[in-house]
Amino acid sequence: MSLRTPLGRVLGKGSAGDGVGHWWVQRVTAVALLPLTAWFASSLLGKQLQSYEVMRGWLAQSWVAVFAALLVITIAWHSKLGVQVVIEDYVHGKGGKTALLLLSTFVHVAAAAAGLFAILRLALA
Amino acid sequence: MNSPRPVSPRPLSPHLGVYKFMYTMSLSIMHRITGLAAAVGFLALVWWLMALATGPDAYARAMACLGTPLAKLLLIGFTFSFVYHFCNGIRHLVWDTGHGLERAQARRSGAVVIAAALLLTVLVVWLGCRAMAVTP
Repeated sequence: MSLRTPLGRVLGKGSAGDGVGHWWVQRVTAVALLPLTAWFASSLLGKQLQSYEVMRGWLAQSWVAVFAALLVITIAWHSKLGVQVVIEDYVHGKGGKTALLLLSTFVHVAAAAAGLFAILRLALA
Repeated sequence: MNSPRPVSPRPLSPHLGVYKFMYTMSLSIMHRITGLAAAVGFLALVWWLMALATGPDAYARAMACLGTPLAKLLLIGFTFSFVYHFCNGIRHLVWDTGHGLERAQARRSGAVVIAAALLLTVLVVWLGCRAMAVTP
């Protein structure tokens, strides 16, 4: 049963209903990113970063490619949710807010697609 | 028909200006700023992965870009920004379980986060310099 009045619903005031899901996914991706980023950064720091052969050989390994893909997806998701909150909090014009939210979504999806493409290309070459 | 709808002002919480400044406030806004920096860092990561996937020449060009003094400075700044967001993120996750929310505890964990972030920055920059230094 909803306690919202029909007038309140028409005026669009009150909860949009997806805040809890947003909050949870932000936390779940945060927890996943702790080991993923720690693994990725510590692996990179132990490699000869200037060597194309070394870096390609590393990322071409199956499990490395799988976890790198997970890293890209999880960062994109976590980042999309975080940037969304910042835009919603600080950008006040309705048009500007909508435009920036759209732009942020597109950039995040495009970056995730490019990152996954690069990893697949390295792994399947 | 001109039905007057009640125009009551939306409820507002007291604004930032009414609070005495505590350093924990800057830690809070820093979490957002470093989060935005991490979003930019994500784009850089994708650019680096694309260069690696494109081939040896593209990768050499990307690494040359990262080797310029300005890029090195940005990388050091980004390192602090990222490890801060990482450590303070853990602090937030602990808060989400309902622990450590007392004022004294929150101030102490804030100091721990800053110290840990500085130490990790030094460690990562040192290891990063070694990993970047070797030329193939």
